[in-house]
Amino acid sequence: MSQSRDKSGGLKLIEIEGGPRTHSGHRGLDHEEPLIFEQGAPESTGVDLPEVGDFTDRLGGLARQGPTGLPGLSEPEVVRHFVRISRDNHAIDMAMYPLGSCTMKHNPRLNEKVARLAGLAEVHPLQPPETAQGALELIDTLAHWLITLTGMPAVAMSPAAGAHGELCGMMCIRAALDARGESRQVVLVPESAHGTNPATAAMCGYRVEAIAADPRGRVDVAALAERLGPDVAGVMLTNPNTCGLFESDIVEIARLVHAAGGYFYCDGANFNAIMGRVRPGDLGIDCMHINLHKTFSTPHGGGGPGSGPVVLSEALAPFAPRPYVIREGDGFRLVESEHDPADDGRAFGRLKGFHGQMGMFIRALTYMMSHGADGLRQAAEDAVLNANYVRAGLEDVMSLPFPGPCMHEVLFDDASLKDTGVTTLDLAKAMIDEGVHPMTMYFPLVVHGAMLIEPTDSESKASLDEFIALMRGLMADAAAGDVDRFEGAPFHAPRRRLDETRAARQPVLRWRPPAPAEAAE
Amino acid sequence: MSVIKFTEDHEWLAIDGDVATCGITVYAQEQLGDVVFVDLPDVGQSFATGDEAAVVESVKAAAEVYAPIAGEIVEVNSTVAENPATVNEDAQGGGWFFKLRIADAGELDGLMDQAAYDAFVEGLE
Amino acid sequence: MRYLPHNEGERAAMLAAIGVGGIDDLYVDVPEDVRLDALIDLPAHQGELEVERAIAGLAAKNMSAATSPFFIGAGAYRHHVPASADHLIQRSEFLTAYTPYQPEVSQGTLKALFEFQTQVAMITGMDVANASMYDGATSTAEAVLMAARVTRRKRAVLSGGLHPQYRDVVQTMLRYTEFSADGAAVDFAGDEDLAALIDDDTACVVVQNPDVFGRLRDLSPLAEAAHAKGALLVAVVNEIVSLGAVVPPGDMGADIVAAEGQSLGNPLTFGGPHLGLFACRDKHVRQMPGRLCGETVDAAGRRGFVLTLSTREQHIRREKATSNICTSSGLCGLAFTIHLALLGDVGFRHLARLNHARAVALADRLAALPGVEVVNESFFNEFTLRLSRDAGEVVSALAAAGVLGGVPAARLFPGEAAAANLLILATTETVSDGDVDRLEAGLKEVLS
Repeated sequence: MSQSRDKSGGLKLIEIEGGPRTHSGHRGLDHEEPLIFEQGAPESTGVDLPEVGDFTDRLGGLARQGPTGLPGLSEPEVVRHFVRISRDNHAIDMAMYPLGSCTMKHNPRLNEKVARLAGLAEVHPLQPPETAQGALELIDTLAHWLITLTGMPAVAMSPAAGAHGELCGMMCIRAALDARGESRQVVLVPESAHGTNPATAAMCGYRVEAIAADPRGRVDVAALAERLGPDVAGVMLTNPNTCGLFESDIVEIARLVHAAGGYFYCDGANFNAIMGRVRPGDLGIDCMHINLHKTFSTPHGGGGPGSGPVVLSEALAPFAPRPYVIREGDGFRLVESEHDPADDGRAFGRLKGFHGQMGMFIRALTYMMSHGADGLRQAAEDAVLNANYVRAGLEDVMSLPFPGPCMHEVLFDDASLKDTGVTTLDLAKAMIDEGVHPMTMYFPLVVHGAMLIEPTDSESKASLDEFIALMRGLMADAAAGDVDRFEGAPFHAPRRRLDETRAARQPVLRWRPPAPAEAAE
Repeated sequence: MSVIKFTEDHEWLAIDGDVATCGITVYAQEQLGDVVFVDLPDVGQSFATGDEAAVVESVKAAAEVYAPIAGEIVEVNSTVAENPATVNEDAQGGGWFFKLRIADAGELDGLMDQAAYDAFVEGLE
Repeated sequence: MRYLPHNEGERAAMLAAIGVGGIDDLYVDVPEDVRLDALIDLPAHQGELEVERAIAGLAAKNMSAATSPFFIGAGAYRHHVPASADHLIQRSEFLTAYTPYQPEVSQGTLKALFEFQTQVAMITGMDVANASMYDGATSTAEAVLMAARVTRRKRAVLSGGLHPQYRDVVQTMLRYTEFSADGAAVDFAGDEDLAALIDDDTACVVVQNPDVFGRLRDLSPLAEAAHAKGALLVAVVNEIVSLGAVVPPGDMGADIVAAEGQSLGNPLTFGGPHLGLFACRDKHVRQMPGRLCGETVDAAGRRGFVLTLSTREQHIRREKATSNICTSSGLCGLAFTIHLALLGDVGFRHLARLNHARAVALADRLAALPGVEVVNESFFNEFTLRLSRDAGEVVSALAAAGVLGGVPAARLFPGEAAAANLLILATTETVSDGDVDRLEAGLKEVLS
């Protein structure tokens, strides 16, 4: 790299001309690709299938009449289409993706390779368990890693993502309270919580009340103690919290919640900061979901699939959903129904079809075995080190609402942008021009103009140095009143800012064929 | 000339006989940004004070509109449902949400007048 | 550790820049008595080769559809996935991107989502589809919750032909809400009268087509009966390839379609991750769960795509959201979209016809065996056999002979005596004539 630094610590600005208009509408490698529906011909196809001879159908008089409307494309056309559109995406493989609370770390390709082994990818969930012993052993092995890392006695493996894991945990709490014959109505959730927390509590029939934060960005323990009582089913708390801080009073919080007869749900979205350094089981929590697609690096894939196993305390474990894997003799077995002699009938039900996100289990276990106990602890430490390095590199030019060391992510507010005419959103869009993905913005809700930066353990020192330099450069530009480069940003992206108001006012949620009159023109 | 009243939830009411025309204030629409959707109640529905009567949405926020006083819906403004931008353009005029037959005129005494509301908004900033 | 870039010198330099003496100083907020000093009791890090060997060792303990004659369906189907589909979803730009929160640098994912939504709407015969749910079962539960919101009613009626795991998921998701779902009795005979169960408090009727036994039914009369009482019809499809051969639910009056999309683009992988599809009518779009991608323009006037109608979702609406879902099945949806783009209209219908033809041939061949009766009058690529002995024992004996020969109905319906001798059998384009020979020979031997 040959970029030089100016005195403000930012990179030297490089100006690039827009260049001439093109006849094709493309700009070099940047192609304007139409939708598949605007390509091909109805009679084309990208597959060759064996001929089907005449036969009498057995469709009960329900044979499809007429075409589907799907376009027909050959394989090269399909491949080119998806390669072209893929190039319009930012990705962790390309550059830093410091999206706070999302843990965008490197996705090892070994994980992808082994998930495609025929002995795993081509195994059916309902084939006889004696023919799927390796699959069941893999689930049991991953469960062992998860309960050992968290110090919890049990784990429910089936939830399909973090929010699904939350639902699992809260349903366990509800079932445990029902079993005690208690109908408590309220769940306490801090204002800094992920939106999934209150949404989940509501799905379990609970009314949500906010817990106050103290000036240090942590739960106000005195206010919590005051509010706890016989109507409170439990508390949902993220730890480390969404301000990137460890809840230093967490042991006391657990004690208070239990003393009031409630349960303690911990959102484990930020487990990446503490794995191998702290066991949630030692903190007194009752349940915590683990985002395998964050902490254990199963790829995000542009919005899933995820996996959200939930570790459970002794008090909640009996209520975990079916199915679950048990050891029996030398092998493993699935318990799928209340008719199974091994089941005591206390499970709250079933959360999804089949047995869980096996493809994600394979990847997560591969990741964990690759790191080992030593590497996982080191990954947590490096994640925390990197966030603090960013904090130290930026805290003199950006505004830190909660001083002191952070965990794996660092939260800034927009106080340092005050009176510059530049907003958090503008700053984020200017980061796109600098080649990095913006941080999480306007979340958590507890500070103004929040910017939550999570570099993860995957970034090198050189990468962090470049990030700090470009952020310092942008902050200097904002301070200098160079508003244009922010308000118009991004300039160097496949698209400029998109009109979200128009998208929401007149929703166009699918392609439709042009009206005949228009087509004839 | 009808009497205009305001609530702390940034709703306005124009009182005309036993009917109140209700909407959200200019200040409220500024806070929301571009309004993209308004969900209106059905004519004939009755609300107690503080019940959720309508929802107004921008791209990144949704706000419940509460019945400022008790009453029965006698008319809704299909213009804001069809063209939500009206709420931004004319919040305290053509951007009204619904008309309510007032159940208890005594409730009006608890609401703010223009001067009180202006002071209330100033206190928020 | 190959995934961690820092060396010790860099770590020391960074700690110095932060101004602390060691990494422990960054964990000062953790109460002292819960800090771990020693390593957790788990194995140490390993190289690629060692880890791959260990996982491959587990894989080797499974019987796989790749090497055994394979006839299992019941909600997850083995189809041939074109090589280019699996290659394309592994492109870094798709695989390692997050949910497209920054549309300016996520047009690839967003454009693919828009195509996905359009494809799902087209093949189901519906107006709009969302950007995916976890799987078919959770989609079905979300459909019931949505129907309750739309109708402001509290009860769902579930068909006895619904996959029992779907039924369990619906009932679990409703368990702590004000809503409930009453299941009709298991519909072994295919003669349930769901219309009779609809009353003025019914939010929706949920019916699967083909049903769990593989039977097809015309949903139109049920849609009429539901609509006459102000209820919605939720149609469930768990073999999406069937829509290439069968009248789509949208053409039979469905208000919501909840489906499993795994069949296109996605492997079985022991049951997950799979792909929930969710489609509905335009008029109900604001009550939909999950993410939606919509078309708009950018500041330069060019067409672009964004996530839209987000005010329905948990990150804005919190406890009033239409669902708590956040991460869904993005990459599985991309695989679906690429596979269906490769098929096109002609290929999709051809694939469905091929599946059906194979199933018809298989059914006729097995019906000729002593001790075997084909229960279905109609089916797509899956049907139910009534055997002369316990189907679970037959499946175990077939497995011992190297054949994965269907799902015993008793596994899906434990405790139902009528299920004992029923075997649910699926066939797809991946089944060869030799596979059928081995199944036939195996059944002949076990049943003799």
